[in-house]
Amino acid sequence: MKINGLRALALASATSVAALAGSAANAVEIEYWQYFFDARVAAMEQLIENFQAANPDITVTMTHFPYADYRTKVAAAIPAGEGPDVVQLFYGWLNDYVQAELIQPLPADVFPAATIDEEFFPMVQAMKEGDQYWALPTAVRSLALFYNERLMEEAGVEPPTTLDELLAAAAAMTKRDGAGNITQVGMTAGMTAQDHHWWREGLVRQMGGEPYTDDYQTVNYNTDAGLKALEFYTDMFMGENPVTAVGFMDEPQAAFKAGLAGMHIDGSFRIGSLADIRGLKWGVTELPATADGVRSNYSSYWVNAITTKAEGEKYDAAVKFMDYVSSDEAMQIWLDVVGELPAKPSVGMTEENANDPVFGPFIRGLEYAHTTKFADESGQRQLMVEMVERMQLEGMSAADSIAIAAEAEQKLLDEYYGE
Amino acid sequence: MATAEDLQVKPKADVLLQTGPSRPPRNMGQIIRFLLLFAGGILMVMPIAFMISTSLKWPHEVYNLNFIPDEPTIENYIYVLEDGRFYWWFLNSLIIAVITTICSVIFDSLVGYTLCKFRFPGRYIVFIAILSTLMIPTEMLVIPWYLMSQQFGWLDTYWGIMFPGLMTAFGTFLMKQFFETVPDDFIEAARIDGLNELQIWWTVAMPLVRPALAALAIFVFLGNWTAFIWPLIVTNSVEMYTLPVGLSSFGDEADVAWELIMTGAAISTIPTLIVFLIFQRFIIRGVVMAGLKG
Amino acid sequence: MKLYRDLTIRQKKIVWAWGFLAIPVLFYCVVRFYPTGNAILISFQDWNLLGARTWTGLDNYKKLFGDPVFWKVFKNTFVYLLLGTPVSLVISFVIAYHLDKIRFMHGFLRMLYFLPFMTSAVAMAWVWRWFYQPVPIGLFNNFLASIGIPQISFLNSTSNALPSILAPAVWAGLGFQIIIFMAGLRAIPKSYYEAARIDGVSTWTVLWEITLPLLKPTIVFIVVFSSIGFLRIFDHVYNMTTQNPGGPLNATKPLVLMIYQTAFSSFDMGYAAAQTVVLFLVLLAVSLLQLRIMRDR
Repeated sequence: MKINGLRALALASATSVAALAGSAANAVEIEYWQYFFDARVAAMEQLIENFQAANPDITVTMTHFPYADYRTKVAAAIPAGEGPDVVQLFYGWLNDYVQAELIQPLPADVFPAATIDEEFFPMVQAMKEGDQYWALPTAVRSLALFYNERLMEEAGVEPPTTLDELLAAAAAMTKRDGAGNITQVGMTAGMTAQDHHWWREGLVRQMGGEPYTDDYQTVNYNTDAGLKALEFYTDMFMGENPVTAVGFMDEPQAAFKAGLAGMHIDGSFRIGSLADIRGLKWGVTELPATADGVRSNYSSYWVNAITTKAEGEKYDAAVKFMDYVSSDEAMQIWLDVVGELPAKPSVGMTEENANDPVFGPFIRGLEYAHTTKFADESGQRQLMVEMVERMQLEGMSAADSIAIAAEAEQKLLDEYYGE
Repeated sequence: MATAEDLQVKPKADVLLQTGPSRPPRNMGQIIRFLLLFAGGILMVMPIAFMISTSLKWPHEVYNLNFIPDEPTIENYIYVLEDGRFYWWFLNSLIIAVITTICSVIFDSLVGYTLCKFRFPGRYIVFIAILSTLMIPTEMLVIPWYLMSQQFGWLDTYWGIMFPGLMTAFGTFLMKQFFETVPDDFIEAARIDGLNELQIWWTVAMPLVRPALAALAIFVFLGNWTAFIWPLIVTNSVEMYTLPVGLSSFGDEADVAWELIMTGAAISTIPTLIVFLIFQRFIIRGVVMAGLKG
Repeated sequence: MKLYRDLTIRQKKIVWAWGFLAIPVLFYCVVRFYPTGNAILISFQDWNLLGARTWTGLDNYKKLFGDPVFWKVFKNTFVYLLLGTPVSLVISFVIAYHLDKIRFMHGFLRMLYFLPFMTSAVAMAWVWRWFYQPVPIGLFNNFLASIGIPQISFLNSTSNALPSILAPAVWAGLGFQIIIFMAGLRAIPKSYYEAARIDGVSTWTVLWEITLPLLKPTIVFIVVFSSIGFLRIFDHVYNMTTQNPGGPLNATKPLVLMIYQTAFSSFDMGYAAAQTVVLFLVLLAVSLLQLRIMRDR
């Protein structure tokens, strides 16, 4: 058994189940958990340092795990009493964690709902139940349109601002070989990546619909708007002149990274890995609007919350820590180190940030972004994938396929919320 | 089943051991056989060659399907090996794999031998019960194991990572089958000679199934070396990760650095290759029948 | 109370047998049987890993048998078995048999065949996915195109996907089976072959009358074990269909993948446990059947 400084520290804070730890004169220790990613860990270490400097009587220990099965890991640990005091979770899990009483609501005096409503981007309101906030993000992500500068120049097109321009640009950048096989796609496509988000919160809304109602408990895309959105999407690869192919280069982002795709819709988290690729000159622009200028975007985020394990002194320390990691200062640091977008317009919409060539389109997209409350994200994504597959592999019509998908998803939601 | 008389013939050493310098194939049949097997072997390892080629590429070249990188680089290897944590992961995996292999080989062969050579009430049931443990996917056992480890304080310890793998139904089944090939008369003769059951197992039966033991060692080592889900769940601190767990941190929810994964995979293969090369000789040596005593 | 020395020889042997088995049985009980019992219990409950468990009786099972996806998955699992086991058995035996007869570069060849088994499954899945891509990227389709055959959609087709995923699984597992066969072949005393050679028996007869019968325990092991392996297939399918697990449209989804998704994506532990129990019963039935058919008469 290895014993070293970090482990002993982690052990010490983990085994103090009751919050009655030692005398008040000693530093209060709280534990924070997040998943492992170089930049995020680095950013959090900086935040912890700043926090501890401002609060010398509090020590924060961070534990992190590989992303794979992070959720299972946390889920296995907390009921076993091994939990942290402040935990990071994906916004989509909030419901589960609240129901299982793993986290507690943020105190209204430090985190008044009305103020938060105003100060944060609107989609953060998904973290509110009733009139209390349960968790807050330090950083958020949204979608934007990446494009390959060189391919655009070659084809003589400009980054599109509307959906029609998008199709035109894609058509110009699609290349084929002698036998008619596509060797370069104008646009990437694949519901397995971010497209299902773009479809739900982007296209469906832009076509005049609302993908869900009743606070995301009722499926509402089996409508004209939904059908239009689906047809727009599938026409890209199933129409007469496809400008893309599902499964080209295995994954949409692979095609873009290889320089074989003109445009690609993806989240802000892709920025880091694209920066590494030599020879790929890329730019970003906001998701295209309709001809009438209607825009819509999808935003997702990881949030921090206080667990039910934190009591007494630890609770107070945890509140202070939460306050700090949700502050403007923390968000700017996170943007600089991790490249994730600030959750508050006060930080996001500064001159510098809003006009940044890379982050700008994402940040501006936050103003009209919606966050889908998923019951089971991978399950619901799978239904989107199958919706398209039925059309492609079984020749089903869009209307039939969307009806089946809507029914299946409603069933999934009913089962989840019926509990 | 063979009788003692048949085996009195002590075969010539070189036919049996097949050691000594390898000679080139002697006739047409052998040549064709060799060529076909060689071609088959090359086909078998093509994907692996591709993996190595990817590990030598810069990220922007990863998605080109060329076999030989345009700009080969060992940058990925440097990156992975320079990461200080890598050595902890390697060491952890090594210690765990070695200990579980030794433990498994001993216990699995003991149980396999018992199930094969002893008649006792409940024998069939025990065999089926152990075999049935192969039928529950480990994914479902992970949660109860976690709760157990947490209760006994095994979290984040070597013991915690190791304990599920100390004995395997696979090994038990394998050894049972191979012990079937050991003639009962050998055992009887040893009993008559006054050896106790433990001695018989260790000194008489075990040497006769050496090829199987070698195969078992290779597989148990490999299984524990590459185990992922359980070590992931039971470890907390980075220093305790095993190699697969550590290497998985080169990817996150949004992105996987395939060139690093390939590099990690290539490096991970080396110890298993070494273990294989060491133990496979025993599979080849075959069994030397020492003839009967008395 | 009887002392050890008063027991009959037969009874002494029984004592020894249980003596040997004591620790292992304890181990299996604690590490395998108890958690399995736990899992069976959960199959009658509703639990999402975080909250309380509520008793639901046979609800999970009723839901399972009424689920069309389950039946598709059940069929897939058996297809993996019925295609995978015979193919890999025959190929690995042929290779092991001939490899055994080669002495030149024997070790090197053996290593070549075993290497796929030793290599990271995740890495190999990625490589095979690339091989299966359509023209102009995929190796296989490029080859087909060069000899004038129209390209085949491997992974993106509901009919081709399962065999396409089975291929790398068989490929990876060959090394394992070859090694076991080789161990089995080497355990056959050379005196038999000597005697046959003296008697002038043909190679084919040697194979059928001597080698295969003596290899029976090995063959039994491989058939039962690889059957269990194919019925339990998970890693290969998951690694090759990560973005769209078990796809397209559930064409490749085996039972263990369904269990994994139910447990760790949907966090519906009760339902997953019910599926596990069904899998267990199937495996048990198949294995017992095989052991019975193949036992010594």
